[in-house]
Amino acid sequence: MRFQLTEDQRALQAGVRELLTRRFGREQLRAAVDAPNLDRALWRELGEAGFFALRLPEADGGVGLGLPEAVLAFEEAGRALLPGPLVATHLAAGEVPGAATGECVVAAVDGTLVEWLDEADTVRGDVTGAVAMRSADPLTPLHRVPRGASADPVAALLTAAEQLGSAARTCEAAVQHARAREQFGQPIGAFQAVKHLCAEMLVRVEVARVAVYAAAVTADPLDIAAAGLLADEAAERGARDCLQVHGGMGFTWESDVHLHLKRAWVRARRGHGAADAEEALAEHLLSPAAR
Amino acid sequence: MDLAYTPEEEEFRARLREWLGKVLPTLPPKPSPDDWPARRAYDLGWQRMLYDAGYAGLHWPVDAGGRRATPTQHLIFLEETEKAGAPYVGANFVGLLHAGPTIAAEGTAEQRARWLPPVLRGEEVWCQGFSEPDAGSDLAALRTRAWRDGDDYVVSGSKIWTSHAEVADWCELLVRTDPRAPKHRGISWLAMPMDAPGITVRPLRTLAGSTEFAEVFLDEVRVPVANRVGPENDGWRVTMVTLSFERGTAFVGEVVACRRVLGELAREARKNGRWDDPVLRRRLGRLNAEFRALWRLTQWNVGESERTGGVPGIGGSVFKLRYSHARQELYDTAADVLGPESLDLSADWTLDRLSSLSYTIAAGTSQIQRNIVAERILGLPKGR
Ligand SMILES: Cc1cc2nc3c(=O)[nH]c(=O)nc-3n(C[C@H](O)[C@H](O)[C@H](O)COP(=O)(O)OP(=O)(O)OC[C@H]3O[C@@H](n4cnc5c(N)ncnc54)[C@H](O)[C@@H]3O)c2cc1C
Repeated sequence: MRFQLTEDQRALQAGVRELLTRRFGREQLRAAVDAPNLDRALWRELGEAGFFALRLPEADGGVGLGLPEAVLAFEEAGRALLPGPLVATHLAAGEVPGAATGECVVAAVDGTLVEWLDEADTVRGDVTGAVAMRSADPLTPLHRVPRGASADPVAALLTAAEQLGSAARTCEAAVQHARAREQFGQPIGAFQAVKHLCAEMLVRVEVARVAVYAAAVTADPLDIAAAGLLADEAAERGARDCLQVHGGMGFTWESDVHLHLKRAWVRARRGHGAADAEEALAEHLLSPAAR
Repeated sequence: MDLAYTPEEEEFRARLREWLGKVLPTLPPKPSPDDWPARRAYDLGWQRMLYDAGYAGLHWPVDAGGRRATPTQHLIFLEETEKAGAPYVGANFVGLLHAGPTIAAEGTAEQRARWLPPVLRGEEVWCQGFSEPDAGSDLAALRTRAWRDGDDYVVSGSKIWTSHAEVADWCELLVRTDPRAPKHRGISWLAMPMDAPGITVRPLRTLAGSTEFAEVFLDEVRVPVANRVGPENDGWRVTMVTLSFERGTAFVGEVVACRRVLGELAREARKNGRWDDPVLRRRLGRLNAEFRALWRLTQWNVGESERTGGVPGIGGSVFKLRYSHARQELYDTAADVLGPESLDLSADWTLDRLSSLSYTIAAGTSQIQRNIVAERILGLPKGR
């Protein structure tokens, strides 16, 4: 047993991070907030890099990798706050023509919400009666649908991976700020109240990380349910604590913290949410298999 | 990334299971928690059985009497023994989990030969004499003095919260050998025989009613200079090695135990009707997620130590921090499942709930662990 990233997986992680830093860095992120349209060129570039076709067999023109690699890529997308129906398009690769290459943007009903309905070329699921919302997340247009669709466990896992990336990023941002910002003649990171917030952020990230990675290896629905709960917690609480560490600046539109928090909220509402995951994990405790 | 065990690892597991199935039914009944001599005998007896079967010191280096098993095999050992309901390390805790590994890493050849085999064979029990009345979290404020007299150190001072002191043969003792040096220098790590003249052990009663730990008074106790592990005045560095072992591997078996307890708790709730409460069910479900993740974290840490080799890193603080709180949440949830019965001191649940309260204090409090994570992992500045 070697529960560690392989060299190839590290290289993949670094490659995706490099691509996203170059193509969707801070400036592009803020530009997207001002004009929230889907960047089709970026979408195709992601397609070329294999983001959507990552798990498609090579015989079908895919990259032929597995869930662990997909999880690493989605973690990076979460870090970068990359907008768009990434999960839906990824899941459609090989089934919807053009999804694998990023030429076709695919949206899907997930729980009772649809993200990016108006921008999508194809929509999966029943969207009759869809009503547009004023989305809390400036980077994710949302519609409510009357008939919800049950979520795919893989969608839940990739969402958890995005949450993990976002949690890791807000932890880093909080630590950077805590080192730089001075009050009372010293960096605020020297104050224990701040230090302990940051330490708890890291602990939540590390716990979510192993849960998400393990679920990617086993693809077990219960592992995925657990990963979702821990990754939601890490992302939502991490963003809140990051906001707190940033003080008044954290409460501004200018800082990126709210973007992480709002996206974390959107992701946490995908699929069935926490209650179903907790019920499934509770039920499993009674099964003979759990002993 | 891989969670599959190799054929060799699976074979190791199968042989261990078979052995456990044979020997566990032959064990004598567990002694009562307050009968310390009986507990000592029981724990040492179990250690001897492990030794005879070749399972002692699995993760220790061969020249320290160990088996040079891989960290993964050690993990399997801890998982299987716990699943089979084998005895806990108990009184052997300090010797096996931190004094021993510290001597293996820092001791001389003679020191390894003198102290390690008896620990593995279940002949000697160790205790940890670090904390003092005025030096707990601020361990380096310790004042117990040792001065040279010929080939001996003469030690005076006092230690507190010393677990198993009553039945220990040896104590890993921190003393100040240079009172003029800065706080973290001038400390030395000694192996002190607990039967030396001048040692008085006064048991302390814990909130659970037991005598888990003790106060140890040292009045001009003579300890041979040859018992010093590491150079004189370099004891703080040696201590860091000890603490990393304490936080690194000490809790692995317990996570497995907590997962078992959680299953028992769910079945208990099903029996007494509390299962129908969705709020409680969801709490149990969340705890399941929590302990699954903590198990994954141990597997990850094992993978990491296999990659880097040697002493576990400060990642142990991340684990200890989360685990100690999860364990308390587990037993608080148990109290909600059991209702008024959770107030009955004759139930194991109640005693376990009480003892879970020590987890955020012992082996470095949660506040201290947060400082470690923030300063040494995240690189935040030290507070003044
Ligand atoms: C069951 C049990 C068994 C033990 N066994 C042993 C043993 O075998 N050998 C041994 O040597 N010791 C042992 N200990 C001692 C243990 O390591 C200490 O209790 C622990 O390190 C805390 O020290 P203290 O009790 O002096 O508390 P203090 O250090 O006085 O702490 C009191 C409170 O102040 C907080 N605090 C202190 N300093 C800071 C800081 N810098 N920042 C923020 N908060 C702070 C603490 O977190 C805590 O909440 C044991 C303790 C227990 C409970």
